Amino acid sequence: MAPLLQLSGVSKRYGGVQANAGIDLSVDAGSIHAILGENGAGKSTLMKLIYGVERPDEGQVLWQGQAVTLSSPSDARRLGIGMVFQHFSLFETLSVVQNMALIVPGSKGELATRIRDLGAAFGLSVDPQAMVHALSVGERQRVEIIRCLLLNPALLILDEPTSVLPPQSVALLFDTLRALRAKGMAILFISHKLEEIRELCDTATILRQGRVTARLDPRQGTAHDLATLMIGRPMPPPVHPTPHGLGEERLALSNLSFANDDPFGVSLTDVSLSVRGGEILGIAGISGNGQQELAALISGEIAMKSGAGAVQVMGQPVGDLGAAARRLRGLAFVPEDRLGRGAVPDMSLADNALLTAHGRGLVQNGFINRKAERAFTADCIARFDVRTSGPQAEAGSLSGGNLQKFIMGREMMLDPNVLLVAQPTWGVDIGAAADIRQRLVAMRNAGAAIVVISEEIDELFEICDRLQVLHKGHLSPSVDVAATSVEQIGTYMIGAAA
Amino acid sequence: MKITFERRAALSRPVLLAAPLIALGLAMLTSLILFAALGKPAGQALYSLLLEPFVGWYNISEVLLKMGPLMLIAQGLAIGFRANVFNIGAEGQLIIGALCASALPVYFPEGDSPLMLPAMIALGAVGGAAWAAIAAGLRVRFNANEILVTLMLTLIATQVLNYLLLGPWKDPHGFNFPQSVTFPDAALLPILLAGTRVNISLLGAFFVSALAYVMMRHRFSGYQLLVGGLAPRAARYAGFTEARAVWVSLLLGGLMAGLAGACEVAGPLGQLQRSVSTGYGYSAIIVAYLGGLNPLGIVVSAFLMAALFIGGDNAMVSADLPVAAVFVFQGLLLVFYLGSLTFIRHRVILNWAGRA
Repeated sequence: MAPLLQLSGVSKRYGGVQANAGIDLSVDAGSIHAILGENGAGKSTLMKLIYGVERPDEGQVLWQGQAVTLSSPSDARRLGIGMVFQHFSLFETLSVVQNMALIVPGSKGELATRIRDLGAAFGLSVDPQAMVHALSVGERQRVEIIRCLLLNPALLILDEPTSVLPPQSVALLFDTLRALRAKGMAILFISHKLEEIRELCDTATILRQGRVTARLDPRQGTAHDLATLMIGRPMPPPVHPTPHGLGEERLALSNLSFANDDPFGVSLTDVSLSVRGGEILGIAGISGNGQQELAALISGEIAMKSGAGAVQVMGQPVGDLGAAARRLRGLAFVPEDRLGRGAVPDMSLADNALLTAHGRGLVQNGFINRKAERAFTADCIARFDVRTSGPQAEAGSLSGGNLQKFIMGREMMLDPNVLLVAQPTWGVDIGAAADIRQRLVAMRNAGAAIVVISEEIDELFEICDRLQVLHKGHLSPSVDVAATSVEQIGTYMIGAAA
Repeated sequence: MKITFERRAALSRPVLLAAPLIALGLAMLTSLILFAALGKPAGQALYSLLLEPFVGWYNISEVLLKMGPLMLIAQGLAIGFRANVFNIGAEGQLIIGALCASALPVYFPEGDSPLMLPAMIALGAVGGAAWAAIAAGLRVRFNANEILVTLMLTLIATQVLNYLLLGPWKDPHGFNFPQSVTFPDAALLPILLAGTRVNISLLGAFFVSALAYVMMRHRFSGYQLLVGGLAPRAARYAGFTEARAVWVSLLLGGLMAGLAGACEVAGPLGQLQRSVSTGYGYSAIIVAYLGGLNPLGIVVSAFLMAALFIGGDNAMVSADLPVAAVFVFQGLLLVFYLGSLTFIRHRVILNWAGRA
């Protein structure tokens, strides 16, 4: 019998970038097939080709043995291909069933019944009448999956589905996917998380630089083997910080509360933390639980009108100061969004260095010292291994990982007392991510106080001394990494702890 | 056929320089068709509009006379535009600047103090800046859109001007015309080029252009404004406050428009009139954009726009064009220029096969 979906020699170029080159892929009904690769390896492009968002330059797509041309997602849906994107496409102001009714035919009453039936059959419980904005991220993902299932797809594509889920929800999702496989559905599971793929998938296709580098059964071999195939060289060893003496308290939040004006933002309630020199505090939690607000309140992008004492840097109240004034006290910050916030895309790297490093002799009497600016930038590029044509390259021309290295380098070169880093390795390849983690630990060892906000639990466990979990604007008590477990942190992440 | 736009890796320099010329060409072509459809002599109209301003010393000197205020105002506006602060009301700020400057000669028509002229210039600059400060204050305090506020303040400024010229400031010996007394010599700018109306304010405008260049190119304060315009969230991240950008942009814009107003009444007009501005404040917006918001580019575009003004006047006489035709031509120029800007950032790919 022909495979459900077969791709042969599929290629796609964007300008000068070969995103996919001669890809062969074969997906059988009743199997979970992993597409594994680093950021930029071509996974997303491949899925766009399969889902009809883009058309291949070369190559052939066969569906149940027939050659097909997919020119739009609706073509793909007609054939029986459903896709759940990493970033959800739901209308927050509508209810679950109203969202469904936008693309699924049938009355709302019927749909509500089918939603409940599917929920019961596959462990996807969700209230059809609930408003989407009130749902947790895990529930929203279920809504997306149910929306696909209502169209009876033969192939379901999931793009990085676990990146937004706490560990407990990941287990539930996997149960659902196994149940769907048992019904004969084919699932394409895109991920860069090796352990998950070994646990769930029957087959794995590994992509590197737009080409298929291996097809294998992920249950054979170790995560280390998979990683080596994925990045083309052995995995860098993890860097666990060793305990050492701590310095004075450098950053403290005491009973910080923040009422958010934005109806879709998160308000923070009674948040307290304390970081001393020489330690890394990790803030775990699923994105959207107040991480952005917390980071902005610490950085000074949101300054409070009263209660300056709720935020203290180096023992001084700074809650009412703006970002520039807090930087003068030795606070540095690497935000999670690099383009447009951590860097100005249309400006050169040299001008981007000026953004926060202007106090390092780059400005004299109000005049920009171009020579000092270039020297600082060149130094940052060399020390942090930023791959670029030079200080005059536009920030927007760098890959996400390289730009992150540049921003991280710029902030580290400020020699801060306190370094706040949000999602340090989002979109960064494994090699660069390991490098960034090593540098954070080195800074800690040199005595800096570091706060890392991340949703990658493994990363936090690797580099942090202590962890606190942010859930719906509440921050859990601090726990020592050595004395806790992923399960306990996971419990905090879904707010189940007392 | 399928047309796709692809983002270029870097700005295209050749297109950046060619864009104003392409816009000029397309605007000419469109107006030719338009004039022909109106039954006007199209060739004569274009000759008057585009070439005649450069024929003869008198025409050229008139172009230089118009160039001064356009350049001055556009330099101020461009700084704000690059910071995403859109001051559309330079016309009103110019009027208030002219009013404030006129107060001295109106109340001291026999004055002969050498301080009269500098004081007028200073009053004009302060007046224009103060008028723009209203918009800045409302924007910072109440988040009122500065585009609307500056535009509406222009209407108010016009009415203030009308009130003064029809009432308290009307020249008692002026046969009831709505204009002030003619200014004494001490209130007039010295002539720069003998035999013409070009006065030393042209040098001032060049000097201001040089200052604007230094500020936007070499000063940290200019850099902060650029960041605020290109990436507002990056400016917030770095701690460059938006309120400061709004104040600096609007105050500089108002100051320069006010200066231009003072130089008009103390220059070619020699009195306060209702027609103190012939749309300089609005045309300067076009000048700023045609010059690529770049201080050097603005010097060139101000010259071209001034020539268009003179050409427009000529065309009205020689080709019997309505006054609106000139504004239409200016509008076409801006629209085509903004359109051609797309190609600086993007390249066009034509795919004749119709398949991606």
